[in-house]
Amino acid sequence: MAIECLVLGAGQEVGKSCVIVTINGKRIMFDCGMHMGYLDHRRYPDFSLISKSGDFDNALTCIIITHFHLDHVGALPYFTEVCGYRGPVYMTYPTKALAPLMLEDYRKVMVDRRGEQEQFTADHIAKCMKKVIPVDLRQSVQVDEDLEIRAYYAGHVIGAAMFYAKVGDAEMVYTGDYNMTPDRHLGAAQIDRLRIDLLITESTYATTIRDSKYSREREFLKAVYKCVSGGGKVLIPTFALGRAQELCILLDDYWERMNLKVPIYFSAGLTIQANMYYKMLINWTSQKIKDTYSTHNPFDFKNVHNFERSMIDAPGPCVLFATPGMISGGFSLEVFKHWAPSEKNLVTLPGYCVAGTIGHKLMSGKVTKIDLDQDTQIDVRCQVHQLAFSPHTDSKGIMDLVKFLSPKHVILVHGEKPKMASLKEKIHSELGIQCYDPANNETISIPSSLYVKARTSSTFIRSCQNPNFKFQKCSSVDRSDSSLKNRNFMTQLQVNDERIAEGILVLEKSKKAKTVHQDELSHMLGEKKHEVQFAYCCPVHIVDSMDSFNDRNPWLQLLHSKLHSEISDENVQNFGEHLQVESFHVSLCLKDKCPHRIQEISQNINNRVYFCCIWSAVDDKLAWKIISVIENLSL
Amino acid sequence: MKFSCLSKGGGFHFPPCHMLNFCGVRILLDCPLDLSALTVFSPVPTGYNALSEEGISFSPAHDYLGSEDESQKREKIQKLPDSKSLIFAEPWYKTVKNLHLWNVSFIDVILISSPMGMLGLPFLTRTKGFSAKIYVTEAAARLGQLMMEDLVSMHSELRQFYGPEDSNFPTWLRQEELEMLSPELREVVQGKDGVELGGWMPMYSAADVKDCALKVQTLKFAEAACYNGALVIKAFSSGVEIGSCNWILNGPTGDIAYLSSSSFISAHAMNFDYNRLKGTHMLIYSDFSSLSATQDIEDEDSASASTVNQLSSLSPQELAKFFLNPDENLEEKEKLVFICSCAIECVREGGSVLIPINRLETLLQLLEQMTASLESSAMKVPVYIISSVAEELLAFLNVIPEWLSEYRQERLFAGEPLFAHVGLMKEKKLHVVPAIHSHKLLTNWREPCIVFTPHWSLRLGPAVHLLRRWCGDPNSLLILEDTLNPELALLPFKPIAMKVLQCAFPFGIKLKKVQPLLKTLEPKIVLFPEELRSQSCFSSASSFSVLHYTEAETLHVSCQKDSSELKIATELASQFHWRKLKGDINVARLKGDLLMEHGKHHLLLENEQENSLKNRPMQYWGSLDAEKLLAELSKMGIKASLEHCMGDTESQTVCLVHVQEPQRALIEVGTTSTVITAANETAASAIFEAIDKILDGV
Ligand SMILES: [Zn+2]
Ligand SMILES: [Zn+2]
Ligand SMILES: [Zn+2]
Repeated sequence: MAIECLVLGAGQEVGKSCVIVTINGKRIMFDCGMHMGYLDHRRYPDFSLISKSGDFDNALTCIIITHFHLDHVGALPYFTEVCGYRGPVYMTYPTKALAPLMLEDYRKVMVDRRGEQEQFTADHIAKCMKKVIPVDLRQSVQVDEDLEIRAYYAGHVIGAAMFYAKVGDAEMVYTGDYNMTPDRHLGAAQIDRLRIDLLITESTYATTIRDSKYSREREFLKAVYKCVSGGGKVLIPTFALGRAQELCILLDDYWERMNLKVPIYFSAGLTIQANMYYKMLINWTSQKIKDTYSTHNPFDFKNVHNFERSMIDAPGPCVLFATPGMISGGFSLEVFKHWAPSEKNLVTLPGYCVAGTIGHKLMSGKVTKIDLDQDTQIDVRCQVHQLAFSPHTDSKGIMDLVKFLSPKHVILVHGEKPKMASLKEKIHSELGIQCYDPANNETISIPSSLYVKARTSSTFIRSCQNPNFKFQKCSSVDRSDSSLKNRNFMTQLQVNDERIAEGILVLEKSKKAKTVHQDELSHMLGEKKHEVQFAYCCPVHIVDSMDSFNDRNPWLQLLHSKLHSEISDENVQNFGEHLQVESFHVSLCLKDKCPHRIQEISQNINNRVYFCCIWSAVDDKLAWKIISVIENLSL
Repeated sequence: MKFSCLSKGGGFHFPPCHMLNFCGVRILLDCPLDLSALTVFSPVPTGYNALSEEGISFSPAHDYLGSEDESQKREKIQKLPDSKSLIFAEPWYKTVKNLHLWNVSFIDVILISSPMGMLGLPFLTRTKGFSAKIYVTEAAARLGQLMMEDLVSMHSELRQFYGPEDSNFPTWLRQEELEMLSPELREVVQGKDGVELGGWMPMYSAADVKDCALKVQTLKFAEAACYNGALVIKAFSSGVEIGSCNWILNGPTGDIAYLSSSSFISAHAMNFDYNRLKGTHMLIYSDFSSLSATQDIEDEDSASASTVNQLSSLSPQELAKFFLNPDENLEEKEKLVFICSCAIECVREGGSVLIPINRLETLLQLLEQMTASLESSAMKVPVYIISSVAEELLAFLNVIPEWLSEYRQERLFAGEPLFAHVGLMKEKKLHVVPAIHSHKLLTNWREPCIVFTPHWSLRLGPAVHLLRRWCGDPNSLLILEDTLNPELALLPFKPIAMKVLQCAFPFGIKLKKVQPLLKTLEPKIVLFPEELRSQSCFSSASSFSVLHYTEAETLHVSCQKDSSELKIATELASQFHWRKLKGDINVARLKGDLLMEHGKHHLLLENEQENSLKNRPMQYWGSLDAEKLLAELSKMGIKASLEHCMGDTESQTVCLVHVQEPQRALIEVGTTSTVITAANETAASAIFEAIDKILDGV
């Protein structure tokens, strides 16, 4: 069986995340994002590759959305309302609550800008969200009889989740965007140690390793403070959700500590409204925030006010959060046009900006002029501060996650091609895991685990749970240590790593395969056991006269000490009359004529003793090793 | 599988308690308190810490204690009990008596199905040697903790009043004192046969509650918790209270559904998720609500086998409609409207309304209905919630959309607060205060008013003081939960001029829905309460068999199957060395690491091949045909001759095969064994190879 991954988006790029995974007959779409850098058909994943006929309901089992960022959910209303997919869509509660805000914000920006024809309407968004089934973290959701999915906390933004999916024996995880370190308002990603065939992970920072974020937060605050104390205006272009709340907690706290009076504004009502959601979704934030909510909800910002359009050219310093992020249009662009020409002002940019946005242009070196379109040119003299903290994991975090989950295969998505290639190489060489970085519209096929299922007898299970004494070097005879045998079921299980399960798989015509303990087998077959043994009566030449020994069985004792040193890794037991190693049994043969004395030795009968050996086929190798010791014995 | 019902409980506040032994794991199902037994105690007397006085000035307890002589006491027994016949001492709390027969340290797992099922838990967690893993849903754990904290806080008032206890065995528990009690009270204290005395415990401390909360492992609905790899435990909403649940246990030998009290109609809690309880081998039915409920019986008569049969043809959607029956919902709604109209009428005449209630579902419904009714009747009457945990509770309710009904979740998606109380508090229509003497209340207090407060037993908390204040006022109204013994509950406040409205708030599965539900869930075996046998006879055509259980008796149900499933990794399976036996049986040896994961056995490839010195183990059966052996040997170029030895019965040797070439060897063939004697490994293994070929084995 194989798992097939068709990468429709975020293959060797960031934007329009969309991966179609086929496992054991089920087909899941992970994320349905849009690309912010394109305005033509390239903004959406090429859905026609899912189904030529456009019958998406039969082509897909379900859609899973990891978080509310547009590069993960942006194409969803288009796909459900325009393309007509009517099957189930899963996302976490916060994503279901907040995704429509993001989508509506984006839709407005698109319509405002050049009056572009809208791809989907407000009504489409509402109808689309009605189809969404919200899930909680760790809940195991049965999509249908065979497909089980489960969400795990991913950090990144509120409600972001990694998704685990299982069909039959095949299991996989799709991470979406995640953060392995906690930030101001969110915790770090958390997942169970799963046994998975495939991990599909983001790789935005495939090669970056970040140090402590506190110094970088200080840098940001210093830059903001420097600007406002010089009478400048700070523009923070963000999306309404996520980064806005994180920075706001940071600034609100700083303002309080520094007793600053400079106003902080939110553009439009959107972010204020978003904070209302955050207040109800506090269980999805960090532990620190959760602990304080009953006395003070941290999303009740004390120093934050609403911003009116008329205030753009008002004198005096201020801090403004304006949507959308990356200055891809809308209000943040409008403000940017007014503020960019003054060197007193400051623009902060996130760590990552999609190609094609003004943010991206600002980041790519010293820019003095930006051509907006043929008629508009913006003089850029303001300061630009790039936020060095990001809600994405760094490469160490990705490696940690891959190491922790130890999947059989890794697919990298959501990153930049050259960096992904180097991470791919690293995963392969350091962790020995097969890794791929497919481009868009490429399909990767990997083998998935398959188990043979058999019924099993309780005797077999019990026998496997008996402690394995092979690992204990005890010379005592108490093989049936009762205290160990009666140990409770549970504690036995915890040490069973060291035990080897041995049994027999029986296949009978038209019956289900069954596993039994070997002792049960002859009963099952109605036949008596037949033991096959080996024997050899081994002659040993003696030099010394035996008279000086008082010991009854001196040669056997000599053999014992010899064996003890020669085959030290085995447990040689001395029973006085005979020695025993596993099934190998040796005693002094006093018979004149022993059937196991196969070699004819005619002369010097008196100078010989015989060691009679008998053993089971299991210990054949061991037996001949011991016999060679006996034969070389000089007594 | 062993199942013992420790207590069938009593009503909403005292859920049942069971002990289950499944797959070798000992599981306690719920750990409640019987708070209805509190009614045998006297509440704090009049004048103690009352509303009017902020400073604490109260008469010492001695004034009330021991002022009567023996004869007076004896006299009391004869008469109907009055307020003086109540026990005048710091209350103790009645736990499940049968639980004390079990060694706490032997419990492996505790499953808590509702906040109410958690109230007795600190008594266990503080016990020495306690090591059980406790599973509770996140929401039930938080609500349960708040309820326990509130209990401790309310109790502290009584502790303060009575002062420290003299001994760890209170006077009222002594035999001679018990005999002084009226029969009615005595039965509450010691049970029908006097066996329940052992269940009484002094209140736990705030530290015990905190410690208990730390020992709890919280779950989401449908989260799979794995106990020691062997038992997979999942909780699914039961709809009775926010966070309350039913359980599915999955072990290597089968699966069990535990069905606690469940409500098809829930106002705020997430809906009863019965679909996920489908198809288990066994189902433990533990909804005793119809025992305590005053259900209209004539309604139940219609639940005949014929309706059940009709239902079997219904689609899942139609069935859901039957379960959710909108008529019942309407009935409930009408009841709430009626209660609120009584309350409005009362305040209009200048009286106040006291609602001592602890059911969150009902409290929230009444609160929203009440404030809406006030609004529509243009009454400006303050509404108070007085409880030490009210503020925290209301804040909590507004951040748990994942645990609420679809209706409430819609409010999240619309960006509105989940509950109306957020707005009501902002508009100062609702005042939330921690205690009756808190400053915030004293400065805001206006009468007439409507007050929600714990505790429904009328023995603890602010309700006691307010009841004393208003019980003489014929204009005021007490809205009382339907309790087992309202006479007894109201005893200390007699004579009562105040109006009393007693309301039954039904919960749990209605009898007529039991059979259709079980039919839908399709278990193989149902464990059903003996007490409900007469009320619900299962049609003989049932797809499941029914075993009835009784309190304090253990039911043994044989394990579902001797064999469980083993999942063998393909990497391992591809290495199998198959042997064909007579009768078309194929056998192969298995060797690997056995792992228990999520209740299933896995056999995986060993990490390293250990003991390279050892051959694979071998087993043979049947008898060895010497002629065949000779032929096989000669094929291999080994010359041998046969010697029959009939006489030697002792050694069971049938014959000897003498090998001459290429090396001398001897094969002693017996009925159940064969011994190969050879002087070196090559010779020995050549002969062995021949035997291996002709003997059945693996
Ligand atoms: Zn993202
Ligand atoms: Zn992304
Ligand atoms: Zn011998």
